[in-house]
Amino acid sequence: MMKLLLDRLLTTIPALIGVVVASFLLTRVLPGDTAAYFAGPAATPQAIEQLRQQLGLDRPLPEQFGHYVVDLAKGDLGKSLTTGQPVLSDIKARLPASAELTLFGLILALLIAVPLGIAAAVRQGTVVDHACRAIATAGVSLPVFFTGLLLIYVFYYILQWSPAPLGRLDVFTSAPRGVTGFYLIDSLIAGDGETFRASFSQILLPGITLAIFSLAPIARITRASMLSALSSDFIRTARAAGLGARTIIVTYAFRNAMLPVITTLGMVFSFLLGANVLVEKVFAWPGIGSYAVEALIASDFAPVQGFVLTMAILYIVLNLLIDLTYRVIDPRMRNAS
Amino acid sequence: MHRRQFLQSTSAAAIGATAPAVFTSASAQSRSETLLIVSESGPNNLDVMGVGTNVPGYEASWNCYDRLLTHEMKTLPDGSQYYERDKIKGELAEEFTIEPTSATFKLRKNATFHDGAPVTAKDVKWSLDRAVTVGGFPTFQMSAGSLTKPEQFVIIDDYTIRIDFVRKDKLTIPDLAVIVPAIMNSELCKKNATASDPWALEFAKQNTAGGGAYKVTRWTPGTEVVFDRNDTWVCGPMPKIKRIIWRIVPSAGNRRALLERGDADISFDLPNKDFAEIKGEGKLSVISTPYTNGIQYIGMNVTRPPFNNPKVRQAIACAIPYQKIMDAVLFGLAKPMFGAPPDKATEVAWPQPHKFNTDMAKAKALLTEAGYPDGFETTISFDLGFAGVNEPLCVLLQESLAQIGVKTTINKVPGANWRTELNKKEMPLFTNIFSGWLNYPEYFFYWCYHGSNSVFNTSSYQSKPMDAFIEGARDAAAAGDQVAYDKDVKAFVDLAFTDIPRIPLYQPFINIAMQKNISGYQYWFHRRLDYRAFVKA
Amino acid sequence: MTAAPARTDAAALPTAKRQTALMATLSHARHVIGENPVTGFSFGLLAILLLCALIGPSIVPHDPLSSDTAATLQAPSARHLFGTDQLGRDIFSRVIVATRLDMAIAIFSVTLVFVVGGLSGIAAGFFGGWADRIVGRIGDTIMAFPLFVLAMGIVAALGNTVTNIVIATAIINFPLYARLARTETIIRRDVGYVMAARLTGNSDLRIALTTIMPNILPLMMVQMSLTMGYAILNAAGLSFIGLGVRPPTPEWGIMVAEGAGSIISGEWWIALFPGLALMLAVFCFNLIGDGLRDIVDPQRRT
Repeated sequence: MMKLLLDRLLTTIPALIGVVVASFLLTRVLPGDTAAYFAGPAATPQAIEQLRQQLGLDRPLPEQFGHYVVDLAKGDLGKSLTTGQPVLSDIKARLPASAELTLFGLILALLIAVPLGIAAAVRQGTVVDHACRAIATAGVSLPVFFTGLLLIYVFYYILQWSPAPLGRLDVFTSAPRGVTGFYLIDSLIAGDGETFRASFSQILLPGITLAIFSLAPIARITRASMLSALSSDFIRTARAAGLGARTIIVTYAFRNAMLPVITTLGMVFSFLLGANVLVEKVFAWPGIGSYAVEALIASDFAPVQGFVLTMAILYIVLNLLIDLTYRVIDPRMRNAS
Repeated sequence: MHRRQFLQSTSAAAIGATAPAVFTSASAQSRSETLLIVSESGPNNLDVMGVGTNVPGYEASWNCYDRLLTHEMKTLPDGSQYYERDKIKGELAEEFTIEPTSATFKLRKNATFHDGAPVTAKDVKWSLDRAVTVGGFPTFQMSAGSLTKPEQFVIIDDYTIRIDFVRKDKLTIPDLAVIVPAIMNSELCKKNATASDPWALEFAKQNTAGGGAYKVTRWTPGTEVVFDRNDTWVCGPMPKIKRIIWRIVPSAGNRRALLERGDADISFDLPNKDFAEIKGEGKLSVISTPYTNGIQYIGMNVTRPPFNNPKVRQAIACAIPYQKIMDAVLFGLAKPMFGAPPDKATEVAWPQPHKFNTDMAKAKALLTEAGYPDGFETTISFDLGFAGVNEPLCVLLQESLAQIGVKTTINKVPGANWRTELNKKEMPLFTNIFSGWLNYPEYFFYWCYHGSNSVFNTSSYQSKPMDAFIEGARDAAAAGDQVAYDKDVKAFVDLAFTDIPRIPLYQPFINIAMQKNISGYQYWFHRRLDYRAFVKA
Repeated sequence: MTAAPARTDAAALPTAKRQTALMATLSHARHVIGENPVTGFSFGLLAILLLCALIGPSIVPHDPLSSDTAATLQAPSARHLFGTDQLGRDIFSRVIVATRLDMAIAIFSVTLVFVVGGLSGIAAGFFGGWADRIVGRIGDTIMAFPLFVLAMGIVAALGNTVTNIVIATAIINFPLYARLARTETIIRRDVGYVMAARLTGNSDLRIALTTIMPNILPLMMVQMSLTMGYAILNAAGLSFIGLGVRPPTPEWGIMVAEGAGSIISGEWWIALFPGLALMLAVFCFNLIGDGLRDIVDPQRRT
């Protein structure tokens, strides 16, 4: 098992190197002149040149890359010029926000999409099936920024059900003491119902926005794997043995159908992290997506590189975790290793 | 439902019985002494002298540090507060005297920094030395007032400092009242300085090492800044607001909603359309003040055809849909800088309107006269960072120019890239805004029209007579020769309008929207908020 | 996401039988559409979209570019079906005219990646070895990026043009196509009819292009229509954050972005209609993708 893990890790190294090189090159060909941008409104060419030297931007590219890699090895991701902070501490501070939102959206999507997929599979070919498909497809067809704006308009502005879209907490609630960095969990640990309620009401709308977007892949794969499970021999045997429909669907078919769903989850998760960028922008969510967008627009290299690296590592870890979960759930895999 | 009705009904609901759920009774008390400001972007550095400090960072510095001098306030006819350009008073300086070659400042003896240390002359010297030495923008801004080297700042005793002038310059004293020469706690900074960072730039970036009326107590970059009042502040009347919470809300729509729902107290960077509508609703107070010494203009690169021909430039000036821009883009929230009556005499003032108006027939005739009867093709560039105004403006311009045969493509330049593009001086046709902190016509003209070709002379305009007028006005101002000054100012304004290398469109407004119970907004040359005067009823 | 190995589908039959296979597919298609009204509906929708793209500019009631500052921000009415925007331009006309551009971006980017990604995938699967490794590594590297952010980076770096949006969208879809083509090629590399072609003395290149490619084409087509929707969303997302087409060109994403600020002030129509058009187009491609998959790949369905 350990060896397998190591092997899996080794295969990711070339991709990681690729990411480091590509992200470095990409940010260096960005057209903005960082020095000119930060030299202020009344800068003379000399002032800009001075700043360029200060920032090390006058050195040849390979040298800059060398510095970048050496710093990286030391765990130094550089400094963001837009926030003025070390990128590592920015990302540390913001990652929990993105992760909490994405996970929340994902769980919400699972709660809706899995029953939807099962219903579609059980009632294959009926109106239920078509409706499920239409709902899921409509969800993935909505641009997230549009859904987000619509939800804010309806639930905050017209109905006044939702609090102001001001990030993770309203202004007058203070953040719970950080254990996990997830406000929902931290406030529960602290036994602070008020903060839990506040952060829950903040996360609901952006969470729904993300969930709507991720219904389709989950519902689709649930339906497909339920269908193949339902048509398999062991279900036929179970039916022949006279087991109730509910038992068959829930206990036998669903358990077996979950495997592909879990594999898909990894993909959906990374897909959602991407969609996060726009959702965070709309909801003023202080996550790493909005961080990267702002940095990109300001030609601020370091945060973009840091963000991309973080995402790549996250993606790799996630896939590893899914592999492992797969093994836990599926006894055949356990024996195989 | 009609929009207006809708807004009325919702804002009525917000103001009525339903106080926003977030204000529980426990926090209601602190709420009345807390101001919630929402804006699009926040500071990246709390130190105005830092590397690449952005404009929101200036606001933090302004409120957390004192300067030797500051401006008096005056009340405009509409009741709003506006800084007095020509009336300067002491801030940290209790009294000061100005002589021909130097100025002497006596510090307030009871002034302390946030950590309790007294403010002394050595802190002042250290801070001013820092400003003229660190390089980049702060050093540059200091030099605009002929403050260039540490030797100019001389400690007389613990509470007295003298500033020696390197030359006679009208801008030296005002330059001590801008944001840059903030007085810092030198002991605290030195304690946190390193060999590679002798001016403690790293420390001051994250911490307010000053003695101003507010101090930053929490800062989550990109999310929020919390300022708490310094209860031992002595350099002015004690501010009424105990705590300022500045939240970053990137979406303009959300900022407006927050204001209308009563959740936020102040926002000042909303789109014009929102301000115009909020003004119309009357549920919030809106104050609009023209930018001092600021103009949005259409620039043309005069070094290349076709814009090297003054006739072409005049033709463009006749083809701009001025009024349409005022109505559809700015919603009336700007001061027109066009269409002065033909017989109006030039004033000794800047900005002032030029005499061009939208006149397509004349534009066509001028273009024919210039040798372009069929027009030409070119590109209009604008800064995407201000797309809200620039984009519709350019679209209207494009449509109008097409009528005289000038075919244009619109080029959006990302904000990060805009200054680089300006520096290259290659864009043929563009719109931009320039506004000077120091409110003097010759200051504006020196940057924008002088042959020394600064970044802001975006048209690359070169004219010997123009240079002579600008220099003449500067010298006359320093010598106090009003007659010569008036003559030169009128001359360079006239020349700028005949040669028209850039076509002024309007003087933009800085708009601020706030709840009705908030008062005390002051307009400053830097256009950022001064928290010290705000009052919440 | 990858195909189930070892299966025989209609399209994989030898060349001689392709004629009858085609007939079978067509009748199967009729059957699927008949059985599945949603797919039928989506084809109807596609027809409307294509019509708008083709003749849209000549049927719209107003010039989509001409401003009218006397009639700005008007609510939908008989004269302006979808209302007008800040400059008084007719939103209905702009939404219709934008169809062509948005469809073009999607079609071109998907075609580009179909050709490049497909060929790379076939090469990787067919030749294996270093070809496989290179294509695999490029794919892995791209996949390790958050895709939307990568697209943003590419457009920001190359410049704000339609061509670059097309390129960026193609690049982020590359791994999907390359992997699919590779898997499908590997499955077919050693089957009988390829062996036969090899025995009759055809070169590798010829086999890859004439024998294998036509056989994996149908599956790739399904992939195309599925990614088409994503391509439209991607382009709109880029426009939304300001990295889109040049103004005043109408484009759905940029129109939603322009209208976003006005939703709160009550001018919901500026963002809503282009948003709906965007949604409808993506919806249509997604449904068609599903439908096509049912036709091409009946096994996957059950």
